[in-house]
Formats: sequence, C-alpha cells, structure tokens
Amino acid sequence: MNVMSPDSYVTADGRTIGGTLMEMKNITLRFGGVVAIKDISFDIREGEIRAIIGPNGAGKSSMLNVISGFYVPSDGDVWFDGAIRPKMRPYQVARQGIARTFQNIALFEGMSVLDNIMTGRLTKMKSNMLSQAIWWGKAQKEETEHREKVENIIDFLEIQTIRKTPVGNLPYGLKKRVELARALAAEPRLLLLDEPMAGMNVEEKEDMSRFILDVNDEFGTTIALIEHDMGVVMDLSDRVVVMDYGRKIGDGTPDEVRNDQKVIDAYLGVSHD
Amino acid sequence: MFYREAGDFKTSYEDDSQTFPIKFDRLRYYAVLAVAFGIIPFIINDYWANAVFVPLMIYTIAAIGLNILTGYCGQVSLGTGGFMAVGAYASYKLMTSFPDVSILIHILLAGAVTAVVGVLFGLPSLRIKGFYLAVATLAAQFFLVWLFNKVPWFYNYSASGQITAPERTVLSIPVTGANTDAWAKYMVVLLFVTGCAWLARNLTRGSLGRSWMAIRDMDIAAEIIGVNPLKAKLSAFAISSFFIGVSGALFFSVYLGAAEVGEAFGIQKSFLILFMVIIGGLGSIFGSFAGAAFMVLMPVLMKNIFVGALGWPTDLAAHLEFMVIGGLIIVFLILEPHGLAQLWRIAKEKLRLWPFPH
Ligand SMILES: Nc1ncnc2c1ncn2[C@@H]1O[C@H](COP(=O)(O)OP(=O)(O)OP(=O)(O)O)[C@@H](O)[C@H]1O
Ligand SMILES: [Mg+2]
Repeated sequence: MNVMSPDSYVTADGRTIGGTLMEMKNITLRFGGVVAIKDISFDIREGEIRAIIGPNGAGKSSMLNVISGFYVPSDGDVWFDGAIRPKMRPYQVARQGIARTFQNIALFEGMSVLDNIMTGRLTKMKSNMLSQAIWWGKAQKEETEHREKVENIIDFLEIQTIRKTPVGNLPYGLKKRVELARALAAEPRLLLLDEPMAGMNVEEKEDMSRFILDVNDEFGTTIALIEHDMGVVMDLSDRVVVMDYGRKIGDGTPDEVRNDQKVIDAYLGVSHD
Repeated sequence: MFYREAGDFKTSYEDDSQTFPIKFDRLRYYAVLAVAFGIIPFIINDYWANAVFVPLMIYTIAAIGLNILTGYCGQVSLGTGGFMAVGAYASYKLMTSFPDVSILIHILLAGAVTAVVGVLFGLPSLRIKGFYLAVATLAAQFFLVWLFNKVPWFYNYSASGQITAPERTVLSIPVTGANTDAWAKYMVVLLFVTGCAWLARNLTRGSLGRSWMAIRDMDIAAEIIGVNPLKAKLSAFAISSFFIGVSGALFFSVYLGAAEVGEAFGIQKSFLILFMVIIGGLGSIFGSFAGAAFMVLMPVLMKNIFVGALGWPTDLAAHLEFMVIGGLIIVFLILEPHGLAQLWRIAKEKLRLWPFPH
C-alpha cells in the first residue's frame, strides 16, 4: 500500500498518491542509428495513474520496454523503489513486482484462460520440481491457494464464463481483458499497460476504463499506461508524459499538458526544426 | 449412464483440476488399469508381448519424453534416438559394473544419466530455436551414435561391438536375458509406463508445465511475465531426456536383449518417435499413448492383412506397408494437425452434448 511520505497528497477523488516508486533518469535508447528515446527523465509515484502519450513512433512502447527490462537503455539509470536497478533480465524485473500487457496481444494461445492467468502467478509459486512430480504436499497446496487468488481476479474482471476456453477462440476485446487478468495475477506494484483500449468499441473502452480505475483504487496498484484516446487519458490519469520523436515535450497534469503549446503543436503536426 | 459433467458439481479447486473431471472418464481409466495389471499378465504370450505390448509401452515412454520437450515446451528435437542410446548404454554399463544392484534402479539411473546428457545438448536452445535447434539436435543424434560405436569402453570391448543384456531378476524372477517370460517383460514395462505417465501428467499440470507452455506459445512474453527461460528450457530437456533414457534402457535390456547402436538407435528412431508425437497429438500425454499405439499397431495389422489374409509375398507387403503408413501420416498432418488426442476430444465433446447437439 501507499507509503506516506512527506510529499504525498490526496487527489480530488480521495486516493492517496505516495512518494516516488519509479524514476527514469536521462534515459537514452538507440537502435543502431535510430534514437528511439532521447535523454528522457520522469518519475512515477506510488498509487498514481501515469499516462504516456505521443504520436505514432514517438517511443512510448520503447519506454515501457525499458521499464519492463526488455530493452536495456543505452544511457541513463532506472530507479525502482529507491534504489538504482542493476542490469537484470526481464523475468527478474517481473519478480520485483512489475507486470505488463502488450500493444499487440501476447497471450499464450495454446492455453486456456485459466492457465494463462495462472501463468501470471508464476513469480509467486515456489514449489520444487520433485513436489510437482509427485503432486503431493506443497505443489498441490500451492496450486489451490493460487487458484483462489486467480478466481478473485476472474470475478473482478467478470470473465467467469470463459475460464476454461482456449484463448485462441476469444474475440479481441476479451483477449485484452484476459491479458489484464494475467498481469494482475502477479499482484504487481507497478502495472504497465500498452494501449489497453486500442481497437475497442465505446462500450468495451468504458468497461476497460472502469477496470483500470478499480484496480488502482481497490488494490492501490500504481499504473503507467500508453493510450491514444485523449478523452480516456484525461479521464483516467493523474499525470501525463508527452513524447514526440523520442523526446519528452511535456509532463504534468492532464490540464497542464492540454494547454501546453509544444504539445498542441506536436499533435497538430507543426513541422520540426 | 450419461457422459456428462452436469449434476457432478465440483466443490473444491482440487476436484475441478483433477485429471479426469468427468466420472465416466475416471471409471474407464480405472478399468484400463485393472485390465492392464490384473488380466493381461495372465493371458499374454510371447507374440503379443514382443510384437505389440512391450514395444508399444516402451515407445510410449519415449513419446511422452519427446512430447514434453516438443509438445509442451516447443523445442524441436531430432535427437531422440541418440538419447535412447544414452539410456541403453548407461543401463548396460551399470548392469555390468554393479550386478548386485536392482535392474529397476539401474533403469532409473540410466534415465538420470540421460537427463544430464540432455541438458548438455539442450544448452544451444538458449540461443537458437526452431529449425536451427532441430539441426543442433540432429548433430547430437549423429555424435552420440558415433561415440558409442567408436569408444570400446561403452560396449565393454566386446568383439561384435554389440551390447548384450545379462540376466537380471526382480524378486528372483528374470526380467532381462534369454529366460525371461513374456508376462515378466510386460509387467516391468507396464510399471514404468504407468509411473512415467503419472509423473508426466503431474509435471505438466502445475507451475513448471505452465512455464514450458508459456515458452512454447510466446517465449518473449513468457520471460517478461516472469518465466526464467534458462530454467524452463533446461528443465524440459532434463525431464524429457529422463523419460527417453528410461525408454532406451528398457528397449535394450528388456525388449531387444542385445543391440548395436546404429541399428537400434539410429536417426530412424528419432523420426519414428517424432511421428508418434505428431500423430498422437502435441502437448498431450494421452496422445503419446495413441501415437505409439498407431505406429506400432499399423504395421502389425497390415502385415497380418497382406501376408496373413491375402497371402502376398512379404517384400511386396513390406513396401506397401511403408506407403500406406506414409500416406496416413500425411493425411493426418493435413486433416487433423492436433493428432489423435484432438479427435478423441472432439468425439467426447460430441458425446457430452448428445443427444442435443446444440
Ligand atoms: N527493436 C527495434 N529495433 C529498431 N527500431 C526500433 C525497435 N523498436 C522500436 N524501434 C523504433 O523506435 C521508434 C519508436 O518506436 P515505439 O514502438 O516505441 O513507438 P510508439 O510510440 O510506441 O508508437 P505507436 O504509437 O505506433 O505504438 C520507432 O521509430 C521504431 O521504428
Ligand atoms: Mg507502441
């Protein structure tokens, strides 16, 4: 839960925003000659919903990939929970409590909805190979405990009826929801959502917005999300980072960002010097 | 009795995740076990043991092993024959070096040795995948066969270069060697196949199994949500190779009695087991049984029809047999890529809804 730190505050809707959970310091990311991220710094505070916006190709997904450890920044430091993060593999980052969804759905197509979500709890499962081989003692007990947690998430996201369905057979909107369930199953401290509402109709978007707010509110999960729909961003987020061509061109509350001339220019397509 | 889950409410998560959630399936499974353990041993003869049951069950163990690696973890392997050879030669060396230790323990140890070798040859999977990994495992296949041919220590410097299983007993009943009864062979192999299937089912239903399937379905996403790819892949290689090693040890010691590595464990074996897994169904323990049964029974059946019933010359029948089986494999790959296990699932699904199909 939120640690009360000197600079924590309470939002208009009564949620407590704590101190810094994650801090990106002067991050630069190059792919050969392409500079996807150029010297960007920003922080994410405990309990907040932080949006990252920007035109196509701005480097938003790349930034999320840096946070989740999939890309190693060419320059700069990633701070998590008050300490600099040493070089680590993505699965180690996951174990620190960072979970995510993907811009292009990345579910395990050969598995059922239930197994996909159970896979999200792998970071918490500890029974050894021997105990699993004989399915006795710890392995079986653990399976039941985790199944209970997963069932709570299934209820929360209202996907009870598709529990045993292979994910390959699901429509797009439900797949996105199952992916959120899989990320939530890890009980992350920081949840990264890459365009959770892309390709959805209005109704599905409303459902998803509600789920995101509920996750943040009920579990106190810190959320960083990328979204193109401005209406959604303005409604959901506490603070917004604006990126364009790999640079940060704005950072502040939705209102501040909306009225920032540089941001308006980027979105209106003013030519770059 | 109806084939339904209706009225059979699960009141706990343990019940819901059991192997055979529908009561009828559970009863059928117990019935199969009862027949396999309680009836067949008393009526089996040499022909049925050597032509059908013993090879079928030994191949099933190998197919389970390959299925864990390829069907569950998505790592293609063409080295199955080579790994079976490791199990065979390990059991041979153990049997001849420690004659007082039970053969059952030697077979398990042979599996363990193969697991270690499997992990070594699995290391490239951390870097390469798909076609390239298949080629690397093919190299393992050829290297291992070459090694067992080349180094006389492995075959105890025998003049023929063959390995021959000495007589070993369980509860003073011979299970290897020339004096072994059909039922004794059958029982030993049955014990191992039952144990292996049970272990495989357990290993694939929990967190380890899910980490394998996650790697299979999307390895990058798997790592990002917390699967350690090194652990997942190497454990799949280890466990897969364990089963394949046990299978190789049984194939040599109980089934063949004497073996020459290239002949018994050549590349054809690798393909044979791969066909079993594909025809049976990738990612299914039941499919491993079905695939092995298909590949063992078809030739027996055809030989009986062509030579026995129609009286055709054996060489003609042998050629036809190849063509028919090859054709069937192709038909299968096109019509039902998920194998016999999927056909079985569809049939059960139909039965579950019968008599109201909608
Ligand atoms: N693995 C990679 N190799 C080379 N270039 C890459 C790689 N990943 C991203 N890029 C480049 O980095 C830039 C930023 O891409 P990124 O996917 O982060 O943009 P985005 O803001 O998420 O865009 P969108 O809104 O379209 O999702 C693009 O020019 C892209 O081509
Ligand atoms: Mg993107």
